Amino acid sequence: MESFDFIEMRFPAKPEYVGVIRLSLSGIANRMGFTYEDIEDLKISISEAVTNVVNHAYRAEEQGEVTIGFGVYDNRLEIMVADRGGSFDLQDIKEDIGPQANEESIENLREGGFGLFLINALMDKVEIKNDSGVIVLMTKYLEKLGVGLNDDHVSTGQ
Amino acid sequence: MNLQIQIDEKNNESFVHLSGEIDVYTASELKEALLPLTMKKGHLLEINLENVSYMDSTGLGIFINALKSAKEHASNLKLVNLQDRVHRLFQITGLNEVMDINTTIRGVDG
Repeated sequence: MESFDFIEMRFPAKPEYVGVIRLSLSGIANRMGFTYEDIEDLKISISEAVTNVVNHAYRAEEQGEVTIGFGVYDNRLEIMVADRGGSFDLQDIKEDIGPQANEESIENLREGGFGLFLINALMDKVEIKNDSGVIVLMTKYLEKLGVGLNDDHVSTGQ
Repeated sequence: MNLQIQIDEKNNESFVHLSGEIDVYTASELKEALLPLTMKKGHLLEINLENVSYMDSTGLGIFINALKSAKEHASNLKLVNLQDRVHRLFQITGLNEVMDINTTIRGVDG
């Protein structure tokens, strides 16, 4: 089995923590050697997923949590954002998530506007699981390794 | 991780300088600052984004709302001096087609 580091963090699902989550991601992505441009894409993507949880996952009187998981691989970063406080079982989640998000879950996420659209545009792979809660699994590959999976990558004009 | 909003009003124009980050945390403050300025008939509202270092779809939503309100109240809304990264969000989403955006400072094409 492919080896990787897994980092899990839990935050209150409140607006003031979205910037802190971005900073955490920035540190991890920077250590992995992602370019400045890619780190900016990652920051937007994780913010969109977390913002969706902050805005929609819990009713106002609930004290909800958002759980973030980072899978740090040699050639890619996998980010998970989940809106029901339980810890991740990485293998379970991966087996449970389909290759493509189904239409219904996209509709749910799109309430906020362009959030999921941007995640899809900025990440290499996006999967969504939607039953008891919503889990978004996003992957970005390290370009320097020439993994050749970036055919649908949004051009930055370079 | 904050947003500074500076507003200068001159006759029929308002100039808004934003610096910092536009996300779900700073969104409501920005929305409340912009909306009243879009409600004056014939008014020009120019928003300078030169010092906005981060923005996501929450920001796009705020500017779409402000644009709608401006159209309703026959005022004008213009975004100027966007950083490349911020401008790119408008391009990816196609919103650059509906909004008046001027990016002269950073020399972004389009």
